[in-house]
Amino acid sequence: MTGTSQEPAPARELVLSLRGISKQFGAVSALTDIDLDVHAGEVVALVGDNGAGKSTLVKVLAGVHQPTSGTITFKGEPVTLSDPATALSLGIATVFQDLALCENLDVVANIFLGKELSPMRLDEVSMEIKAWKLLNELSARIPSVREPIASLSGGQRQTVAIARSLLLDPKLIMLDEPTAALGVAQTAEVLDLIERVRERGLGVIMISHNMEDVRAVADRIVVLRLGKNNGIFLPDASNQELVSAITGAENNSVSRRASRRAQAQESQP
Amino acid sequence: MTDKVTQNAPQPQLLDRADVRVKHAEGLGGTISAFFDRVRSGDLGSLPVIVGLAIIWTVFQSLNPVFLSANNLVNLLFDCSTVGVIALGIVCILMLGEIDLSVGSVSGFASALVGVLWVNQGWPVGFAIVTAMAAGAVIGSVYALLLNRFGMPSFVSTLAGLLAVLGLQLYLLGSTGSINLPYESPLVNFGQLMVMPAWVSYGLAAIAGIGIFWTGYREATRRREAGLSAQSMAGIVARAVVIVVVLEAIVFYLNSSRGIPWMFGLFVGLVVAMNYALKRTQWGRSMHAVGGNREAARRAGINVRYIYTTAFMLCSTLAATGGILAAARLASSSQQAGTGDVNLNAIAAAVIGGTSLFGGRGSAYSALLGIIVIQSIASGLTLLDLSSSLRYMITGAVLAIAVIVDSLARRSRVSHGRA
Repeated sequence: MTGTSQEPAPARELVLSLRGISKQFGAVSALTDIDLDVHAGEVVALVGDNGAGKSTLVKVLAGVHQPTSGTITFKGEPVTLSDPATALSLGIATVFQDLALCENLDVVANIFLGKELSPMRLDEVSMEIKAWKLLNELSARIPSVREPIASLSGGQRQTVAIARSLLLDPKLIMLDEPTAALGVAQTAEVLDLIERVRERGLGVIMISHNMEDVRAVADRIVVLRLGKNNGIFLPDASNQELVSAITGAENNSVSRRASRRAQAQESQP
Repeated sequence: MTDKVTQNAPQPQLLDRADVRVKHAEGLGGTISAFFDRVRSGDLGSLPVIVGLAIIWTVFQSLNPVFLSANNLVNLLFDCSTVGVIALGIVCILMLGEIDLSVGSVSGFASALVGVLWVNQGWPVGFAIVTAMAAGAVIGSVYALLLNRFGMPSFVSTLAGLLAVLGLQLYLLGSTGSINLPYESPLVNFGQLMVMPAWVSYGLAAIAGIGIFWTGYREATRRREAGLSAQSMAGIVARAVVIVVVLEAIVFYLNSSRGIPWMFGLFVGLVVAMNYALKRTQWGRSMHAVGGNREAARRAGINVRYIYTTAFMLCSTLAATGGILAAARLASSSQQAGTGDVNLNAIAAAVIGGTSLFGGRGSAYSALLGIIVIQSIASGLTLLDLSSSLRYMITGAVLAIAVIVDSLARRSRVSHGRA
């Protein structure tokens, strides 16, 4: 792909590099020849319409799905992400769209799931303190960390999932629709958090349908369409450009609506 | 400004008490009302089984005054231990939302193996027991393999195992059909006669109380040092004292007859160990997670296949252990061992005790409580001289009630946000 020529050459270290990633589910090609680069201290927004393959790509990087073909290079080394544990141990943390929390366990248990302190004699006190610290960093409004996840609201669950991804000091964080279920203040907190994570020199991949959020934090916007790369934009790209890349046409429902409204406004005064 | 500081100073903010919307139980009254709130929202814990046990005991005692005699209760404890150990394994499996229908066959097979190796082949008894337990572990690992590699539902694989292992048991015993274990041997003594000396049983009850106090005290101190809320000293002491008094009273009553069987001691020891493993280790946490949401557990980096393998192996090993204890109790390895209602009693005990069939919820103590309920019914009906046909029907009805309570409680938990 030559689309990368649009971006300014970043001097920073390349954290993650995908070349020619394809993923097939039976006859359906969910991803075709995807290329993607993420540098340290960079926020890459992944946008695209429903079914564009964003979540599939995130799942490939999280080790949930294995790519049919293509290479993944992480910190300069080619890697095979055969299962989620491998991805986690490399330092790729993921907040899934469905959050992947265990509803029967409490907040502390969920944050530390699979990474419990002192495995033969769980150190509940240290885990609870660390959980509170993480949640307070996120300005989370969690009433009690000893309640099962089932008793929390959607936004609170989202915060727990984000807190969990930060636990292991990852090198790359992927957030699949991180602000979809959040209130105004918490959305701002999450965006702040993403910026803080970027300042710490981590790479961030963020999926969102909210162009406002994307423009607010992203350094680059990568557009997927029907499982293929469809251009890379800077955050100052116009809405028109982005939408046409996402939907694949100048003439689409969004632009038609915009032009209708413009016409109506012109004829009105 | 200074006003605010002086107001805040005497009450340092605890880390987990920052949110004003949450009600926290304070003191003894608070603990009690919190308990009622929990029950109302469907988090029943051991309450239904304790209520059920009280009803069953009252009914049988009024029908036959021998029922609650110390002698009968000691016999009850002997009978509880064998199927109870099997039920303990079932708790592990149900925790994952799976099932093992072959535990009865595995227990019968283990008892046959011990009989053949020890009595017919002349192996040392310890070696025969270890071999039988290892055979159980192998059977469990086969189920896990079938589930992990071929995605075979445990319901089907263990149903197949039920028949296959029963066949193995009949093949081992051959045409004689039954092997008598020597009466004077330590194994049979253990299963039929050996009881704790009085001082040991009193001592163990006291140690249980001290242990509860010590762990509660240590945790409260650590939490307070770390700036978290902690249980009050009075609460910890009160709990430990109540438990010690109740246990010592039970021990005192049973010591007026033969005393506490060592076999029951072994069973309780296994329950306590299992409770620790499920509550306080990473393995136990992973068990809860896999039972609650398998995919989430996998994405959290838990090796789900390993968890399934350990659970199935543990269940079959415990089933084999239960079978060996049953052989010791009956002083024989026969074709009937492990058949009939053993399977269902073990599963029923775990469910009646409060382990959910839906996975992700349960406790090792449910095996202990559940098997006491099941054996109380069996013992009570035997004392009334009722036929086994009636016993099956009543046990079946109790199991159905337990599952209904489980389902209703689950629905209530979902609507109260506690699923």
